[in-house]
Amino acid sequence: MIALCDVNNFYVSCERVFDPSLWHRPVIVLSNNDGCAVARSNEVKNLGVKMGAPHFQLKQLINQHNIAIRSSNYALYGDMSQRVDDIIAQYSDQVENYSIDECFMRFNGFEHLNLIEHCQKLRNQIWKWLGLPVCVGVAPSKTLAKIANYYAKKLKIPGSVLQLNDELQIKNALKNLPVREIWGVGGQISKHLNSIGINTALELRNADLKSMRKRFSVVMERTIMELRGINCIEFDADPEKKKQIICTRSFGEKIDKLSLLKEAMAYHVSRACVTLREQESVAQSITIGIRTNAFNTHIKQHSNSITIKLPQASQHTGHFLQAAEQGLERIYKPGFHYKKAGIMLNNISDAGVIQTDLFSPMPERNNALMNTLDSINSRFGKGTMRSGQEGFKKNWVMKSEIKSPAYTTRFDELIRVR
Amino acid sequence: MSKVSILQPVDSSLELPVYETKVPAGFPSPAQEYLGDTMDLNDYLIKNKTASFIAKVEGNSMIDAGIFEGDLVIVDRALTAKNRDIVIAAVNNEFTIKRLSTKDGIKLIPENKDYEPIVMSGENELVIWGVVTALIRKF
Repeated sequence: MIALCDVNNFYVSCERVFDPSLWHRPVIVLSNNDGCAVARSNEVKNLGVKMGAPHFQLKQLINQHNIAIRSSNYALYGDMSQRVDDIIAQYSDQVENYSIDECFMRFNGFEHLNLIEHCQKLRNQIWKWLGLPVCVGVAPSKTLAKIANYYAKKLKIPGSVLQLNDELQIKNALKNLPVREIWGVGGQISKHLNSIGINTALELRNADLKSMRKRFSVVMERTIMELRGINCIEFDADPEKKKQIICTRSFGEKIDKLSLLKEAMAYHVSRACVTLREQESVAQSITIGIRTNAFNTHIKQHSNSITIKLPQASQHTGHFLQAAEQGLERIYKPGFHYKKAGIMLNNISDAGVIQTDLFSPMPERNNALMNTLDSINSRFGKGTMRSGQEGFKKNWVMKSEIKSPAYTTRFDELIRVR
Repeated sequence: MSKVSILQPVDSSLELPVYETKVPAGFPSPAQEYLGDTMDLNDYLIKNKTASFIAKVEGNSMIDAGIFEGDLVIVDRALTAKNRDIVIAAVNNEFTIKRLSTKDGIKLIPENKDYEPIVMSGENELVIWGVVTALIRKF
């Protein structure tokens, strides 16, 4: 049996733990740069606010319903997520951390236990210790566990745990579930499915495997098998290394100067390279991109990107900085207000199997420099030591105007109440 | 009223050597086998790291219990509050630190005679947020 445990409205729930004034108020948490809603309390969901709704479109509703707004506070969410993981690890020895607020647990060999009771204990402990509400779905496969979790939430099952055990229960759950709610079936595919007369999860489950694989893909075949209760999606307790590393942000204010864009780009490159070194990989090419605000139809638009290949795969920040700077000079056009810049590291492989060419400098010295850089920064704080290209003023850092205090890390940001 | 704001423990450990000796050159250190024995203040102060948070005290409603403005307290949410425990509670949308009394109804009792106990009635909502288990003060 597999269980999916996730925290309801995770970011909102984290904000509420530390601020009682939010307990009975609708809450929205905004994305990086305060652009759009990334987490909504149930009250807000009931008002019809969709995930990703732009902040500026919500202003009237916010006033009308006295909705509390918070910027994303990732230091807080990361810490709370770690605490949730710590508790979950007490309940299963096979855990896959699927995202910041979701974990799969595998209970192979423990089917004789009352899993509902077991998971309710888990849910009660997370609530007591951390003040976070979770729901748990239990079923024979990951895809079905997702569906069980969906119903546990939607039907507000007492105890917040739902197990889909036997054929009859599973069929009943799938009978009324639209295909677009199935894990891994996107909007495009669900339209396609509807067009051939497959509307519910049960209809999909009963479809012919071979012809569905032909018409769609092996992914579809796998989903159908999973709906039949056969485990096909690997249980991944040790997630794979990233094949691409992307760092991209909107600017707090619009930027037109090349020098500022370069700073922003350098900052993204540095961060991406830290991730690259952490997972002990090297990359051989870097893509950089810039664009103006596509939502603002009143301004002149420009967007462009370019991919630059390095002579050899590297994990050295300096190599990518140089490439990014050259690339930026080629795609930058003056006279535009840029809103977003980003970089992506591609062609990533293990650091152990680096291919050098005869004329390249030996990589060891550079690695020693990077190791020193990383260890200084992890000891004294991010960005303590950095390349000069990153600049020092950061006009372009993201806007997060209504962020809750850094309860986690900063004594000077504590709530002061008199 | 003493109010508190909540912060979280930093995930770090401070290790202090149990003792240090100076040994004349040429002799093996008699302390050699004790090296590696250290004291960790986090271990000492925090029993359940996952469920513990740190709060900063404001105001002087708890001074008779030796809790002053600016003190940090460790709050363990895994514990269930008992009569006479010092607790962090949410009252009227704010956190407060008080002594819990469960005799003759639920009360939050300040440790300062200038303050009145908070008596739970129909209109007040009281949520016990956690139990205070330790106090930290720097001089």
